[in-house]
Amino acid sequence: MAQSLDRLKESPSQTAGPYVHIGLTPNFCGIGGVYQSDLGSTMVNSETKGERIELRIRVLDGTDTPLKDALIEIWQADADGLYNSPAELRGAADPNFQGWGRQPTDMETGVCRFHTIKPGRVPFRDGRLMAPHITLWIVARGINVGLHTRLYFSDEEKANAEDPILARIEHRLRVPTLIAERQVDAYVFDVHLQGEKETVFFDS
Amino acid sequence: MAEPGSNRAPETGAFFQRDRQWHPAAFTPNYKSSVLRSPQKALLSFDNTLSELTGPVFGHAMLGELDNDLIHNFAKAGESAIGERIIVHGRVLDERGKGVPGALLEFWQANAGGRYRHKKDGYLAPLDPNFGGCGRAITGEDGGYAFRTVRPGPYPWPNGPNDWRPAHIHFSVFGHGFAQRLITQMYFEGDPLIWRCPIVGGISNKAAVEALIAGLDMQSTIPMDALAYKFDIVLRGRRSTLFENRPEGN
Repeated sequence: MAQSLDRLKESPSQTAGPYVHIGLTPNFCGIGGVYQSDLGSTMVNSETKGERIELRIRVLDGTDTPLKDALIEIWQADADGLYNSPAELRGAADPNFQGWGRQPTDMETGVCRFHTIKPGRVPFRDGRLMAPHITLWIVARGINVGLHTRLYFSDEEKANAEDPILARIEHRLRVPTLIAERQVDAYVFDVHLQGEKETVFFDS
Repeated sequence: MAEPGSNRAPETGAFFQRDRQWHPAAFTPNYKSSVLRSPQKALLSFDNTLSELTGPVFGHAMLGELDNDLIHNFAKAGESAIGERIIVHGRVLDERGKGVPGALLEFWQANAGGRYRHKKDGYLAPLDPNFGGCGRAITGEDGGYAFRTVRPGPYPWPNGPNDWRPAHIHFSVFGHGFAQRLITQMYFEGDPLIWRCPIVGGISNKAAVEALIAGLDMQSTIPMDALAYKFDIVLRGRRSTLFENRPEGN
């Protein structure tokens, strides 16, 4: 026998269920008066630095039907590539940008919209720059463990080509599953939970 | 950026890997909703980058006075929610056993009759006009938290022909890094429905299920007022950076 490592186990995940809105976006589902506003619903103010962008995200099940009861959170760096977090040791991030947002998918269309800014580039572990990206975390009824992935940008071809995480994807035809397409007024991103176009999800 | 009001140096080590055998699998066919919503391809594994190591901070200033009191935070003045009054308390720890201060917890639940205040819930149990069903708290220096609510009722749900959810409270938890993000559910000691539930059954390890069952805590009850349940939550631990901060190329 050796000494015990004296570690605890992480609490097991359980699905957020169909009523996740009650807890995380109560105003959205008609429970007013408890919180002033839903947390994470506004990301940008008039002082925030950076290019304003809109993200339009859908999450599609194995029959390509959009989920109408999902909830998405995003986490991103500011316009200079700094995170507004105590673990960010490279400098102070834009005080007018928390970098975190939360939105439910629309109950009719399944579209989830974020109004944010385009993030700057953040270094990888070895100092190389990663391409601009936004971390996504998706929960819903039927999802037992929250899904982690990233959204990259179609108009960042050069940066995407040298991104160390995208470079790790063995099956190159799956790389586009992480790239949002720039349209006239928004970046459009479909997350596929299953099938040929299944999004690359992370374990990190 | 230093944590507001704190002299602690922020930790920046990578998080322990998730034990995917301990968590429920993505595909758990007895829970039918998972069948078409479960990724089937292998996950892409990599050690945390800054994007996973960092995470948002939520300050105590954002909390309202009744945020951790579900008995009153939706009730009309002078009234309160109907049901068995309980206090739920515990600590948020990481896998090293260290308390996690400043963790935002959000919780939601059905009312005492097992009915949610949500347009998608058509269960015939009545809504309680004084119960909304959501609350939140931020952990103190030792990782401790507490809130007051009514014990939620069990309820039937459309899955198998006769499936019932055990009484439960949903928890959403932020730690210090976005990689620690977790949503789970708390169950109640002694509830026979726990071991019959297809959602709980997605967890294959009995000890893992037991880690989600809050124990009755008689020492923390308030006599003639409320029972108490203790529920600790464990987030991913993290490595020391002592041997990791080497210059490039070494």
